[in-house]
Amino acid sequence: MATFQITVNGERREVNVDPSTPLLWVLREDLKMTGTKFGCGISACGACTVHVGGVATRSCIVPISHIGDRPIITIEGVGNDAVGRAVQDAWVAQDVVQCGYCQSGQIMSAVALLKSTSRPTEQNIEESMGGNLCRCGTYPRIRAAIKTAAAQINKGGA
Amino acid sequence: MPRLRASVLVSAIVVATALWASASRFAGAETTSTAQGLAAWDQVYSVLTSPRCINCHTATNYPQQGDDRHRHVANVVRGPEGKGVPGLNCAGCHQETNADSTGVPGGHNWHLAPLEMRWQDINDRALSSAAVCRQLTDRTRNHKLDGPGLLKHHEEEPLVKWAWNPGRRPDGTARTLPPLTHEQFIAATRRWVEAGTPCPSGR
Repeated sequence: MATFQITVNGERREVNVDPSTPLLWVLREDLKMTGTKFGCGISACGACTVHVGGVATRSCIVPISHIGDRPIITIEGVGNDAVGRAVQDAWVAQDVVQCGYCQSGQIMSAVALLKSTSRPTEQNIEESMGGNLCRCGTYPRIRAAIKTAAAQINKGGA
Repeated sequence: MPRLRASVLVSAIVVATALWASASRFAGAETTSTAQGLAAWDQVYSVLTSPRCINCHTATNYPQQGDDRHRHVANVVRGPEGKGVPGLNCAGCHQETNADSTGVPGGHNWHLAPLEMRWQDINDRALSSAAVCRQLTDRTRNHKLDGPGLLKHHEEEPLVKWAWNPGRRPDGTARTLPPLTHEQFIAATRRWVEAGTPCPSGR
């Protein structure tokens, strides 16, 4: 066991865990932040996506010992900035969610895309969201919501 | 006078013979050096086309993984700089070092080699020894590296060195290594460079 100090959604947190523990377990089990989901556990589905140092990261396969001092943003905190808020609003406006299990990961990837590319093409969306799976098949609504959020961001509303 | 002429003639023959012998030795040495260089290149090529190296020197829009060189999972794509795309960056999984507890390899600046440095065709088949050698020595396609530059790249580039420290698979077993040790690889590269980076003929 070892003590790690991490910054999650702007708050300094301290955890005492095995260094090999994946970040996802730290978030869910130690910090009780259950918005980030366990899907496949092998970085293949994207349900566990969070931002680490601004990079959309698969938290199920990154050990806590690899995080360092990079700030972590989870679904609980992503709406604290304009782009994250625009994406969450668009998700509601487009009524994207069906069962919802994958959606926190979908939103985290969409926010990463829009922070990098505010006017994404169809190909940008296809490639950036291609690693986030949805067994309900909400892909058309996800795509529509990303375009809605992009329009909001580009007209200065975000 | 006849004796003098004979003496000059003998001297001339001796000098000519010596020059011919010297030239023959030089020519022989050059041939041997090129042959040794080509033999060394064969060793270098065996490393470059091992999965730990060639999986990130693809000709396609995606990296490969595993000893069977299958397409990378999760629909990972190359992206404009070979580092993936915003929602799906290489760095979103591959950290600065290997993560043996989760089986994800890592190293500094994890990325795909650019397309001009591909060592495969679009059907994921390794290019021939001659073709990879031509690519590697083409300074318009290798970041302008000369022979010593290539040697330094093989000696020091973190992602090259990672091939000999590839960490563990998700099932806990060790990833396979290239067919030579890093020291043997460097020695072979050095011999190849000293021979003038000769390439095999053919396609």
